[in-house]
Parts: sequence; structure tokens; C-alpha cells
Amino acid sequence: MTTTVAPAAVDADKDDALKGAPRDWLPLLLVPALAVLAYPLVGNPSTWVTLTIAALAMGMMIFVIASGLTLVFGLMDVLNFGHGAFIAVGAYVAMTVLGTLQGWTQAPSLALNLAALGLATLAAMTATGALGWAFERVIVRPVYGRHLEQILVTTGGLIVAEQLIHVIWGGDQKPMPLPTALRGAITLGDINIEKFRLLAVLVGLVVFGVIALVLQRTKIGLLIRAGVENREMVEALGYRVRRLFVGVFVVGSALAGLGGTLWALYRETLTAAIGGDVIVLVFIVIIIGGLGSVGGCFIGSILVAMMANYTGYVAPKVALASNILLMVAILMWRPQGLYPVAKR
Amino acid sequence: MSGFTNTLLSGDGPRSRVLTALLAVIVGVLALAPFLFDGAQAINTAAKICVFIVLAASYDLLLGYTGIVSFAHTMFFGIGAYGVGLAFHFWGPTWTAGLAGLGIALTAGLILALAIGFVSLRVKAIFYAMITLAVASAFAILAGQLSDFTGGEDGRSFRVPELLRPTTMLFQMPLTGMSVTGRIATYYLIALAAAAIFLGALRIVNSPFGRVLQAIRENEFRAGALGFDVVAYRTIGNCLAAAMAVLAGALYALWLRYVGPDTTLSFAIMLDILLMVVIGGMGTLYGSVIGATIFILAQSYLQKLMVIASSAFKGVPLLPDIFHPDRWLLWLGVLFVLSVYFFPTGLVGTLRARAALQKD
Amino acid sequence: MPDALLTLAGVHTHIGQYHILQGVDFGVPRGGVTVLLGRNGAGKTTTMRTIMGLNPPSRGQITFDGATISGLTPHAIARSGVAYVPEQMGVFADLTVAENMTLAALAGPPDTARLEWIFSFFPALKKFWRSPAGVLSGGQKQMLAIARAVIEPRALLLIDEPTKGIAPAIIDNMIGAFEELKQQATTILLVEQNFHFASSLGDTVAVMDDGRIVHAGSMAALATDTTLQSRLLGLSLDAHG
Repeated sequence: MTTTVAPAAVDADKDDALKGAPRDWLPLLLVPALAVLAYPLVGNPSTWVTLTIAALAMGMMIFVIASGLTLVFGLMDVLNFGHGAFIAVGAYVAMTVLGTLQGWTQAPSLALNLAALGLATLAAMTATGALGWAFERVIVRPVYGRHLEQILVTTGGLIVAEQLIHVIWGGDQKPMPLPTALRGAITLGDINIEKFRLLAVLVGLVVFGVIALVLQRTKIGLLIRAGVENREMVEALGYRVRRLFVGVFVVGSALAGLGGTLWALYRETLTAAIGGDVIVLVFIVIIIGGLGSVGGCFIGSILVAMMANYTGYVAPKVALASNILLMVAILMWRPQGLYPVAKR
Repeated sequence: MSGFTNTLLSGDGPRSRVLTALLAVIVGVLALAPFLFDGAQAINTAAKICVFIVLAASYDLLLGYTGIVSFAHTMFFGIGAYGVGLAFHFWGPTWTAGLAGLGIALTAGLILALAIGFVSLRVKAIFYAMITLAVASAFAILAGQLSDFTGGEDGRSFRVPELLRPTTMLFQMPLTGMSVTGRIATYYLIALAAAAIFLGALRIVNSPFGRVLQAIRENEFRAGALGFDVVAYRTIGNCLAAAMAVLAGALYALWLRYVGPDTTLSFAIMLDILLMVVIGGMGTLYGSVIGATIFILAQSYLQKLMVIASSAFKGVPLLPDIFHPDRWLLWLGVLFVLSVYFFPTGLVGTLRARAALQKD
Repeated sequence: MPDALLTLAGVHTHIGQYHILQGVDFGVPRGGVTVLLGRNGAGKTTTMRTIMGLNPPSRGQITFDGATISGLTPHAIARSGVAYVPEQMGVFADLTVAENMTLAALAGPPDTARLEWIFSFFPALKKFWRSPAGVLSGGQKQMLAIARAVIEPRALLLIDEPTKGIAPAIIDNMIGAFEELKQQATTILLVEQNFHFASSLGDTVAVMDDGRIVHAGSMAALATDTTLQSRLLGLSLDAHG
């Protein structure tokens, strides 16, 4: 790749060059720290493992939804309060596709199940990607750089989109059954691991891996990272940031569709308000991670999901409130989030 | 405008003949509502309009005059409603209990507003919107979970002081023979309180303090350079708006004789308030009167119109669904988006601009 | 002006409600260094940003190499052959020096010979090639910003106060680099407060005040005429010299 280009003479200086790049590991340590802290509170080792795996699965789903949103914010200073609508639309489209593929989802074959899920996810992502493109053109574009209007208009878009879901799919709660082979759990000793959660963890890791690879190893990724830091300078170097932004917006919307599909399968039911439940956690994650930082978003997702799962078991009444406390604590420590993005 | 009215409105009149007429009709109808209409729905609608005028005006204080987008406004509305409601529920239907509940609610609301302001008013608007959304959701869930205290999702019903009970007969109207009950007394208590609070808000935004808030909204950096403590002013603005919302919540609880998460804390109500303020006109206060009235009327009566439209389109695909009476919010949502683009100053701003043009 | 590479004619720029440029007229001759002088707040940086399309003019015309560029987007202006080093340098702190340079090279991977030529003036860039630009010192960041602008030959360089807060040793290297660029037929428009630096490089000069050009002419004339200097530049030179 072009980023590795360097004159031969430069490499001789490697030692010198490396010393300037300290990695910031502290935020990473928060994840095991939180898990260890929760252990005595949970008390039971097998429950603790189950909860931790559930948290990882939930964290991955939140990450999938949040990653696009945080990049869009970093790149263009646009926060889409209507992101929740993409979650819901993705879930509904996937539900519709899975409904027509009942032969595959109810067959006891993992391959057929996964094929059906794959198709449903593809449809969901295509639909939300297209919707994202339209949303950017119609709703977001006229209000660039004007935060107040942006918040208002994207919230308005959320209202309209949610109502349109009611028009198309009806307002009642829908079942979202898991395909046969993904139901139930794998038992290891006295630890139960639900199969779907493993799938969710896998999908989340793949998404994270792909995003990280694109950001670190491609020219487009380079442009996105540079644009998050200083959009104007990227323009002045001769690149069309607008087009890049539309691309990221569409991909982010498609990822919300993917996340919505996973989330609905995880809960096994869905309503038009499904996005609203997750989006609160997503916002907390984005704030915790540092607006615009994908790495921070990843760690933040896991932290928030752990907090939700552990307190959901220990003191269910304060599950969300505990995450607010987590957010406040992290902001006290690092006011710009775990990995603040350097801005001009 | 006569001197007295001018003083009452803090010198900030409607400044448009159409608007003046509209406001006069709204105020007139609200003032006589119990005598103009029969049946419970009309007076319910009128009371709800009164409460939401206060609530929307308090939100406008934040959004329109301070330029802060908060999604936690229903939290304060809920605190007011729960404060009064739970006080009546646990301490009995006495005036003392109600006032004590209101006092506790005001204190709690102010403390929370200060805390949120302390943590997040220094940051960008978007940050603030996200944080308040999270805090408000947590609060709503908490209220739903602490069922021993709040009654959980079912909420709490309670009795109000004797004077305000529907069964209390106060007197009969001389000519019509209509009986004036405690319900009507409650209505007037709410309407008068709403009027007083609204006029108070008008006074605040036209005071030197209000002018500084607007200067900060226009150009934060400049206001800071002129020596105004931006964060302090914003925090005070935030607290005032919160206190007003608490009062609105208390009035609403008094009318419903019930508190629950759905009537006060839900995100849907937050969106309703946003719609009212933006459609009516941000930063005008009168916009909240127009916006709240239009919105509540639409909520109560647009559905009836839509039944007709829906049946008219029977047989056409999708159209009957779009005009389904439950979809009234779809249309208001579209109106909302359009008004942010095309009438950023809302109905009131547009009417005033037209009036100003005609004068020239 | 005969054979000007860049011409501004009656350029007005508004930023928000503020009217910053109020009719700027001047030309940058081909192949030389033009220095834009003036007090703080005179509108020099806004002039640069307006040329680059970052603050598009509300009125007036900007022509570059015979074509009108006012109204074009920044990326189109950049692609037409204008490179820009902003006052804040615009270095991407999270990206490595190598990645910063890669982004600046529009025609493909950076040319090795050209890189070596850049390293000969700014050796620190070679040393920190794989480090995030955020760890560089202020002077090194300025080197990177200039290196980015010259990684490929461009017809016009816009450089906004490169000497601000920079050590004298680095400034000497900068002068060397700019001298060589001049010989490669690169035209430079330089905003500068350091009169020594400005007069040792500049061929022509334009002086701004209150959003207008108040003087234009040859640098040699201005450098010898102390009365003109104190009338045009007054206190600002002493304060920044």
C-alpha cells in the first residue's frame, strides 16, 4: 500500500522513529478492571462468565451501530439524531426477508440458517444504506455546520421515519425468531453460552477488524482519519471531503441496519421504537469513546455493555443509571473521552 | 397597545395583527372554555393546552433564547408532576401536602439542573443534547423501576384537596343554571397559574438578563469577550427553564389526578414539546402558545379529520395507511422538518416578518 | 500587471456578519516571491483562505494561470496547482509523517528523489518518518507542512507566516528551500511579519490594511525606504521583528 512508501535510507533510522509513538493503553485496561471488579459482586463464577460473554455480545452490537455514527460526527461535525431510525428499518427489512425464507430458517441446517441470515442482513444493509444516502441528501445536507438545526432536523427525520415504519409494517410488536440452529446454548461445565451471542461477537469483531484495516491500510482510511482531524486541510490538499463523507454516512447507515438486525434477533421481538432503546447506549458509548474515535468507540461499547449486564444482574433497577455514572466518571478522568481526537 | 397591556407583556407584544388576533382568540377561548363547551374532552383539551403552553414556553427559554438543545426537559416536567402527585398520595389530599411536594420538586429540579449544567454546559451543543438524552432516559427508567415509591409503569392515582374535586359543587351559574364544580375551579387555577408563569417568562426574556442570554446565543465568543460569564448565564437560564417545567408538571398532575411515566416522562412528550416550539416559533415565547395550541388540537381532533381522509382513499394502496388517524404525528413530523428549513422562526416569526414588511 | 500568475480583482469576503476583505486588488508575478505584509487583523490570512476557496469571496474575481478560480471548491483549486500552508500548519497529528506526505502527493506515491531533496533541508522529517506528526515540535511541524506543500511541483505556493515561533536555524533552512523553489519556477505568495525574512526572500510586496491593499511594489524599494516602511508598517514590524 502507498502508506508504506519510504526511502530506503529512512528505515535505517527505525529506532529513533519509533520512540515518538507511545500507545495509550490505559483505557484498554478498563475492560479487564471492570470485569474483575464485578466478580465479587456477582459472586458466582459461572454466572460471571455468562454475564461477561453476554456483555461482549451486546457490546459488539452496540459497536456496530455506533462506529458509523462516530465517524460521521468526526468527519463533518454532523451528529445524526435519526440514527435510531436506521436501526429499526434494518430490523424490519431483515424480519421481512427472514419471513419469506422460513423454509431455510426453520430447517435444522446451520448452513441454510446462516444463508437466510446472510441474505436478510444484506437486504437490511442495502435498504438502510440507501435510506442513509437519501437522508444525507434531503435531511442533513441543507444544515451543515449549524448544530441547532442539525439536531432538530435529524430528530424530525427520526419522527417521520418511525411513523413511516408504522405505515409500512404496522404498529404492533413483531416476533423475530432466531433460526433453528442458532437457538439455545452451548454448555461448557456449568457455563451456558447462547449460540447467537457467539455469532454476535464474531460479527462485531469482523466489523471492527475491517474498519481498522480500512482506516490504517488504505488511502481512503487515511483520508477519513485526516478528515476527522482537519477537514479543511484535506480539502486544501486536493480531496473532495464531501464525497468521502457521503460514503461514510452510507456505510454508517448500513452498519446501523446490520446492528439493528442483530439487536432484534437478540431480543427476538421488535417495534418501531427499537432504535430508541439502543441509541441512548450508543450515545453514551460515543461520548465515552471520544467523538470521532473508532478505537474509543470499541472499548466504550464493551464497557457500557459490561456495566449494563453486571448491574442488570446485581441491581437491575439502576442498570441505565449506572452507565450514566460510568459516563460521568470517564468524563471526569478524560473530559474529551477515552481517545480524544486531535482537532486543529 | 395600552400602557397596562404593554407593562403586562413586558413591552414585548405580538407585533403582528394576525398574531394578536390569533392570541386573543386562544386566550379568550381558554378563559371561557368551561362555559363554551360541553363534555369532558373539550375541557380536558383546554387544560392540557394551558399546561403545555407553560411547558413549551419553558423549553423555548432554553432552545430559543439560550440556544441549548436539551432532551431532558420532560424529566423536570416529570419531577413536578411526581412531586405533587406523590405528596398527595402519601401525605393525603391537603394543600400543605401539595405545596410541600411542589417545594421538594422545585428543589430537586434545581439541583439536577445545576448538576447537569455543571457537567456539560461547557461543551458543544451536540454533546449537551446527547448527555441530556441519556440522563432523561435513565431517569424515566428509574421512575418506572422504583415501583414501591412511584407506582412503577402504572403510576399513581391520588385525590386532590376537597375544593378541587369534581364532586364538589361550588355554586350554580345564575342564568344558565350550570353547576360550577371543583373541576372547573381546578381548571381556572391551572389557567391562571399558566398565565402568570407565561407573563413571568416574558418578563425574564425582556430583562437585562434575558438580553445577555440572547447575546450569548448569537455569539458566545463575543459575549464572553465582553465580560459575561457564559457558563453562569447558561446555567441560570437552564435552572429557570427547569423550574418552569417543574411548575408545569405540578399543574398537569393536579389536572390528571394521576402521575405515570407515559404522561410526563416519555421521550414522545419530549418530541412533542420540540415540535410545538419549533412550529410555533423559537425564541418568541408566543410561539409556544401557538405551537402548543395547534399541537394539542391536532392530537385531539386531527385524528377525526384523518378518519375521513383515510376512508376517502379506501382501495388505494398505502394512502389509507398514511392518512390513518394514528399517523397524525407523521404529518406533524413532516411539518416540523419543513419548518426548520423554510420557516426557521416558526409561525410567529413568519407572521411578524410579514407585519414588519407591510409597515415599510 | 504583466504576466501575473495570480490576480485578485475587487475581492470582497464576508465571514459571518463581518466584512473582512473590502475590495482587494493585487497580482502575484510569475516565478517570484510576493510578500503580503500588514498589521494583525488586516486581512492577510483571510486573503490566503479566500484564494484557496476556504472562505469564498462574496464579490470580485480571482484568476490563476489565466483561469477564473473564484467560486471553485478548495479541492479543485488545489488540483489546479495551488498548494497551501496555513498559519496553524494543518498537520494531521494522528497520522505519521509518512502518511501526511502520502496524502499530499496527489499523483501517486511520493517521489523518492524529491523526498531526499526535501530531507536535505528538513532532516528531522526523515528521522521521524514513521512517528505520528503529533509528537513533532512546532518547528518540525512547520517543516512537515511546507514539505507537504512541495512534495510535488506546484505552480503556486501560499504560505501563511511560516516563521511564527520558529527557531532561527530552521528559518535559515526555510530560506534555502524557498530559494531553490524559486529557481524551479515555483511562484510563492508569503504572508510574513518577520521583515528580515520577508526582505531577504521577497521580490515584490503588497501591504494590507483594513481589508484593502494600501501599497504594492518591489521589495527592494521598500527595503531601502525607511520612511515608507514606518508609514506603512509602523509598529507592527518592531513588535514582531
